[in-house]
Amino acid sequence: MLRLSLGAKFTLGTIVAISLAFMYIPLFLVVINSFSAARLSSWPITEFSTIWWEKAFVSEPIRAALLNSVIVGLGATVIALILGTLVAFALQRYTFFGKQTVNLLVVLPIALPGIVTGVALNNTYNQVLEPIGIEVGYFGMIIAHGTFCIVMVFNNVLARLRRINPSIEEASRDLGATPLQTFRLVTFPQFRSAFVAGAILAFALSFDEVVVTIFTAPPGVDTLPLWIMNQMARPNEASLVNVVATVVILASFIPVWVSQRLARGADERE
Amino acid sequence: MNRRAQLSALLALPMLWLIGIYIFSLVMLLVTAFWVTDPFTSKVKPGFTLRNFEQIIANPAYASTSIRTLGIALAVTVLSILISVPLGIFMAKVASPKLRAILAVAITLPLWAGYLVKILAMRITFTEEGFFNSMLGPLGISGPGFSIVTVVLTLTYLWLPYMAVPVYTAIRQLPPNLFDASSDLGAGAGFTIRTVVLPLIKPAIIAGSIFTFSLSLGDYIAAKFVGGSTQMIGSIIASNINLNPPIAAAFSLVPIAFVVIYLVSIQRTGALERM
Repeated sequence: MLRLSLGAKFTLGTIVAISLAFMYIPLFLVVINSFSAARLSSWPITEFSTIWWEKAFVSEPIRAALLNSVIVGLGATVIALILGTLVAFALQRYTFFGKQTVNLLVVLPIALPGIVTGVALNNTYNQVLEPIGIEVGYFGMIIAHGTFCIVMVFNNVLARLRRINPSIEEASRDLGATPLQTFRLVTFPQFRSAFVAGAILAFALSFDEVVVTIFTAPPGVDTLPLWIMNQMARPNEASLVNVVATVVILASFIPVWVSQRLARGADERE
Repeated sequence: MNRRAQLSALLALPMLWLIGIYIFSLVMLLVTAFWVTDPFTSKVKPGFTLRNFEQIIANPAYASTSIRTLGIALAVTVLSILISVPLGIFMAKVASPKLRAILAVAITLPLWAGYLVKILAMRITFTEEGFFNSMLGPLGISGPGFSIVTVVLTLTYLWLPYMAVPVYTAIRQLPPNLFDASSDLGAGAGFTIRTVVLPLIKPAIIAGSIFTFSLSLGDYIAAKFVGGSTQMIGSIIASNINLNPPIAAAFSLVPIAFVVIYLVSIQRTGALERM
């Protein structure tokens, strides 16, 4: 046992309490301020109202931004699922020269600062592709998001593949199943939950991304984070932002909940 | 199909994507840093000039912004360590199993709350008429307002889970008999933490620091919304991306260089292999 004096325990407890307050009070303030009648966020709140919630529900720009975020998120997730799963299989099932490099390549888009990824792709779209007549437009954003989401699917699927017993697949092949049948009936069901968890994480990562999006979104197109950011820069309707932010906070619990359930389900089956 | 062909089939598409799009873009970024901008039309022309780099070195604002950004990233990392270690010790060694489970969820949950939402939250907390000033004003304490201090606090708020989670996991995995041995040999709690716990959780701290350092280094949205007039490397890159892309390209090599130097200096200590 670590023998801590009462004073030491008290000090540690205080640090923990302050840290938690530091994490949760600001989020709580966003939620409370979304019910403020005032245009500007302040404390204490003088008058409560749901007027900003009503405005947010009928706001056309918010709807358009949400739709863009969903489209980009889904596009990026599909790209990440295909590429991430392929790389995970390659790295888990084969030994080859340059394996570490391939691993690094997958991690790099998320390890380098977002601004570097954003500026690099922006530069390619505007200084390399545009002069030769290729306009990436909306797809530029989906390509960018897909690139940094690969690692999410890759990590999840690779971790699961490492725990799959290879003799089950051998048995399937010995019993005369074609490679495709073995994959569909034996291999895929074993990593399906990791595949879904990876998809959720990839979507969540894309949905929350700001910096890369700033540099790759075509002019006039807002994702939800871009809308929040532009609205924050014009602070006279700050309370409307608080409504959207509150919805984002609540929605962010969904991926956590689902991925925890998936992880738990997988552990119980083993 | 032989195994080589199978492997090529698996890797072809991902490598085409990652090398053809991503690595190509990084290389082109490096190349563009040597290109020329026409000062009148601000059109970029392929060429070779070192002027972009000369401008960056000659302009004292660029140098001071680089140093400021480096300082912010280091401050965020140190602050994250100072919070994570006591938090981890409390969770692993003081809290009851039930409280521990609650705390484990509590420190990971904010990770998902949305990057901009958290910046907005800090903006509301520290604004002039905000919560912080309103609560502590009567005590005669006035908040940092929108300044470099708030930028450090906000970035710590954003990236703390990347440090707190690995540090807590590492402390939990320490064998309990190490603590028994240390206390049997007469070491007090503080001495045990300094000489037994800290050296053993160093790899976790380093792993976390890679995230807190690299993510802080590339950020400029926090500086934009809670930093007042504070500029970071990203602020300068962002303001040049349309006006003078080669300067933006050249300056974006600075955070890459910082991250690489950081990783290499960590590798020197041998911590990466033990991670």
